[in-house]
Amino acid sequence: MDTDDDFMSAVSSEYDRQDSDNDDMSGVEDFDFDDEPDTFIDSQKEIGHRRKPAYDISFRVFQPADIQRQQQDLIHEVNLILTISKEEAAILLRHFRWNKERLIEDYMDEPSAVLGAAGLASNSASSPKMEIIPGFVCDICCEDEPGLESFALKCGHRYCVDCYRHYLSQKIREEGEAARIQCPSEGCNLIIDARSLDLLVTAELTERYHNLLQRTYVQDKETLKWCPAPDCQNAIECGVKRKDLDKVVPTVACLCGHRFCFGCALNDHQPAPCELVKQWLKKCADDSETANWISANTKECPKCGSTIEKNGGCNHMTCRKCKHEFCWMCMGLWTEHGTSWYNCNRFQEKSGTDARDAQAKSRVSLERYLHYYNRYANHEQSARLDKDIYNKTEKKMVQLQKESGMSWIEVQYLNSASQALQTCRQTLMWTYAFAFYLARNNLTAIFEDNQKDLEMAVEALSGMFEKSVTELADPQLKVVIMDKTTYCNKRRVILLEDTAQNLAEGMESLGEVASPSACG
Amino acid sequence: MSAQFATKRLGKELQKIRNSRLPPGIELVSAENLEEWLLDIQVLDDNPLYQNQTYRLKFRFGSTYPIEPPEVVFVKLSDRPIPMHPHIYSNGIICLDLLGQQGWSPVQNVESVCMSLQSMLTGNSKNERPPGDDDFVRANQLRPKDIEFYYHDNTV
Ligand SMILES: [Zn+2]
Ligand SMILES: [Zn+2]
Ligand SMILES: [Zn+2]
Ligand SMILES: [Zn+2]
Ligand SMILES: [Zn+2]
Ligand SMILES: [Zn+2]
Repeated sequence: MDTDDDFMSAVSSEYDRQDSDNDDMSGVEDFDFDDEPDTFIDSQKEIGHRRKPAYDISFRVFQPADIQRQQQDLIHEVNLILTISKEEAAILLRHFRWNKERLIEDYMDEPSAVLGAAGLASNSASSPKMEIIPGFVCDICCEDEPGLESFALKCGHRYCVDCYRHYLSQKIREEGEAARIQCPSEGCNLIIDARSLDLLVTAELTERYHNLLQRTYVQDKETLKWCPAPDCQNAIECGVKRKDLDKVVPTVACLCGHRFCFGCALNDHQPAPCELVKQWLKKCADDSETANWISANTKECPKCGSTIEKNGGCNHMTCRKCKHEFCWMCMGLWTEHGTSWYNCNRFQEKSGTDARDAQAKSRVSLERYLHYYNRYANHEQSARLDKDIYNKTEKKMVQLQKESGMSWIEVQYLNSASQALQTCRQTLMWTYAFAFYLARNNLTAIFEDNQKDLEMAVEALSGMFEKSVTELADPQLKVVIMDKTTYCNKRRVILLEDTAQNLAEGMESLGEVASPSACG
Repeated sequence: MSAQFATKRLGKELQKIRNSRLPPGIELVSAENLEEWLLDIQVLDDNPLYQNQTYRLKFRFGSTYPIEPPEVVFVKLSDRPIPMHPHIYSNGIICLDLLGQQGWSPVQNVESVCMSLQSMLTGNSKNERPPGDDDFVRANQLRPKDIEFYYHDNTV
């Protein structure tokens, strides 16, 4: 048996061809410049573009009621077109990952094959029921007492109701399955249909079971994803395909305010592509690289134990703390080496020079990494501080109204400034991870200029933002802050636009990043 | 789920084994309690890889047995080696889909698992361990049920 994942990806890629015909998602397929309302529009307004920027992608937010309605509509439609029951329509739709066109086409071709494959072996209308059959022995619990209630699907594999319930409880409660629970019999692929489940699922499991069924609609569709914000029940629809994730960074924004990447569900990481983000985060989490360098390039002073970093080629070390002098190579007393440092025989060894070269190399690569990492971490931290400041800003805005007589609307510029700071920091942070992997070419300079411009604008705005209420009451400062906010957003858009275009055209060469792997 | 469920079923299995014996090449070594059983298996055909060898299996049953699969491993003893097989790690852990949550059916039992393992050995001609055996054995401190096996190739 293959893993489920493999089966899924095979199915979904097979169905990809169909997606563009699916009228339910017209307008979200491509990065076209449609006029669809969309929540990701603030920055667009400010730069006054009519054209949709390359980094901006189309998406829609669905709330629980929308998701419910879409499922009901599809089920209803299939129920009418194929004249099958709603339960069967629902099972078939789930089996076809909610690709209605594909289902209808295949069903018209070969209804019995489709029904069989979906676990609806025959079109028999008999409703499922529990039965007491004389002489029945349950193959799961081996019980054979008379009067034992049993149940069987259309495949005829019969088990006692108690065992069936244990089995379903395991699947639903522990394994989170609902739509594709199979007959408990070995090798029987028949899927337990909705009506049978309604009969067998015990009251305390019904809610979880229905929730799970609901969720399959979103999980099954490649174009839908749950908003990962805690407690958010919304789903986002976006047409960006997995295979395109090296060319586009699909940032979406939920109605709850959470901005995340549709590709990998992490927080917005434009301009860095998902695969790069994955590697970067792994690199940061894996501090062994740093640890290796430290062990290769620092030693403890043999006298006082404080850590000494070797930063030059000379083996003559002097501990800053206790002034102890020793030889880096052998850790022996320096005075015993006489006046010629190369007296230390270890240094003559070939392995010694190799080690020194390797140390030098690893030092350069570590320094490079730390250069980007420090800036990345710095923005990450600043973004957190900015957020704290924003929480204080709300108070400031109230105070400001009192002191300057400005209206609520008139103090909203602080809110916009705060939002701009957050998003720009987020972008800046990822530009450093991006730059770390960026192979140097003539585009690098442009990227770095864009990065520098944005960074300077953000730091300037950040400084103004922290000013006291008295200072903020100055109408001139308000104008400056509003200008700076606009400018920051504009610089961010320019940077993203530039990078997105280069990515899409495959012009950024990301040296160390492997191409996204196909397996899920 | 009550542990009683598992106990009852294991009791029935034990009773059946005692009444009608196990198929050739399978022997119950101990079933002292209803949590852990030991069995010996042998490969009955003339596959040179396993000839004249006896292998020790350890079954551990959770309270959800047989809804969930038992944990089954080969155990190494002085006279009980770990059989050579591309799906059996040298620490005795077995990569077999029927022992995983996806491939398991509650209709399976101790006897049928032993028979599946017998035929898994019978059908094998490769005198090798799974790829990455060394790393796996060194790194793996997990219980088999916590490992996400990837059943890459079930033809072996
Ligand atoms: Zn039963
Ligand atoms: Zn069946
Ligand atoms: Zn949300
Ligand atoms: Zn991503
Ligand atoms: Zn010292
Ligand atoms: Zn020396």
